[in-house]
Amino acid sequence: MKNTHRITSARRVRTTAAVITIGLALSGCASASDLESPSDSESQTIVVGSQDYYSNEIIAEIYAQALEAAGYDVERDLRIGQREVYVEEIENGSIDLFPEYTGPLLEFWEPDTAARLDQDVYDALVDSAPEGVRILDRSSATDQDAYTVTRGFAERYELKTIDDLTDVPEPLVLGGNSEGENRPNGPKGLKETYGVDASFAPIEDGGGPLTVKALQDGDIQLAIIYTADPSVQKNDLVALEDTRGLFLASHVVPVASEKIDAEAEKVINTVSAALTPAGLVALNAQSVDEQAPASTIAKQWLEENPVS
Amino acid sequence: MDLIQQAFAWLIAPTSWIGDSGIARRLSEHLVFTVVVVGVAATIALPVGVVIGHTRRGTTLVSAATGAARAMPTLGLLTLLGLGLGIGLVAPAIALIVLASPSLLAGAYAGVQSVDRQTVDAARAMGMSEPAIIRTVELPLAAPLILGGLRSATLQVVATATLAAYTSNTGLGRYIFAGLKGREYAELIGGSALIVALALLLDGIFALVQRVTLRDPHRLPVTTERHHP
Repeated sequence: MKNTHRITSARRVRTTAAVITIGLALSGCASASDLESPSDSESQTIVVGSQDYYSNEIIAEIYAQALEAAGYDVERDLRIGQREVYVEEIENGSIDLFPEYTGPLLEFWEPDTAARLDQDVYDALVDSAPEGVRILDRSSATDQDAYTVTRGFAERYELKTIDDLTDVPEPLVLGGNSEGENRPNGPKGLKETYGVDASFAPIEDGGGPLTVKALQDGDIQLAIIYTADPSVQKNDLVALEDTRGLFLASHVVPVASEKIDAEAEKVINTVSAALTPAGLVALNAQSVDEQAPASTIAKQWLEENPVS
Repeated sequence: MDLIQQAFAWLIAPTSWIGDSGIARRLSEHLVFTVVVVGVAATIALPVGVVIGHTRRGTTLVSAATGAARAMPTLGLLTLLGLGLGIGLVAPAIALIVLASPSLLAGAYAGVQSVDRQTVDAARAMGMSEPAIIRTVELPLAAPLILGGLRSATLQVVATATLAAYTSNTGLGRYIFAGLKGREYAELIGGSALIVALALLLDGIFALVQRVTLRDPHRLPVTTERHHP
């Protein structure tokens, strides 16, 4: 759900275009004057950005602290907002490093992409990146929509993949935000891609506690919840494997400008290699459950996963 | 302007009106839900308000309670109730009953309380029982204020019944939620316009009813003078 959430809030942002245009104009002025500064150290500073999404901010903090540990000067420009806003900043070189997600970013650059599975999506993303923007190694950590069921339900019908749903004898109800009803991963997509019939129940909390409650009550059998959402683990939910690529694969991937040199690239690629799916869930849980700030969570993670 | 035109086109397209999520169905769901919620709220709040107005006891408690209920964010209450009751219509119904009750309660007790004490004492001196005083003296005199409470409660509920769609497949709120997140702005604006129209229609009906009841020649003139104990 959170992927769609990010995208939809990003869309909402576009509706308030006037406000944003002013904001961009102002920030544009600020960064332009910064860049004009002739100082040598200034031009060496790496600007790390992040989405206005807690999990993304933690990853950006890890990038920033890892680079600082390797001796780079880092400037943080975190919690910037949504894709429509910040991608432009990356493309024009105002931001040098940004944690992204393979699928949604590919869809942003190529809305009609046919790529669905992990490797295809990554390859297509590398090809579609505009001049001056580089896609570094992707992490195995994913943060994407998935059909989620309760463990009890999964065990009763021995469910592992979405395919297994065809053998479930009881009627299925899919719960999610209203817009999910007509999205490719709503009931229609489920029918087309997997031949599974499901009706739809709108629950407007984006895979939040009401959705989890509905799953546990049996009011719905399937919910669209983010794979990296700590509530999956906490509530003993099971994400069904999407073998046919109904959901666009969405791995954490660093997007970099030309200013990231070979050594910095190595540092970031080491971070990406060390960041596992379970590791990302654990990072998110620290933020949600302990309300720890991103910088603290990032510092702890780097102590446990040293990059140099 | 373009969006308004699109919304208008959506509103007048015959295909928008039919089917399981057509306007006709959503409109009737919204209306029935509103009527049921206001009906239940009135069944609870009006008798309580009348008794409080008649006995003139507990008004401090009630004004504090209604003030608190008015300050309650309905969406927050809905989420809280939903976590206990699960998805469906029960949680939004209760949240809306809480929303409607303050106006109903206030209308009822203020209406009854505003009846001239001398009139009530005169009725009592004539040997009328307390229930008879309420029925034949206080209620008719309090009717305009009770009706006013009912009117504002209905207006609040019909507008906020949008939230029924937060946890269930019900009402015009579906167009707003789906339109907002799916960028179907024609549907979003059209749905909102329908809610506004429905609210205006219901309010118009109440205005008419109020005018007719006030014009009733058999009714005693309403006292504007209030006596506070």
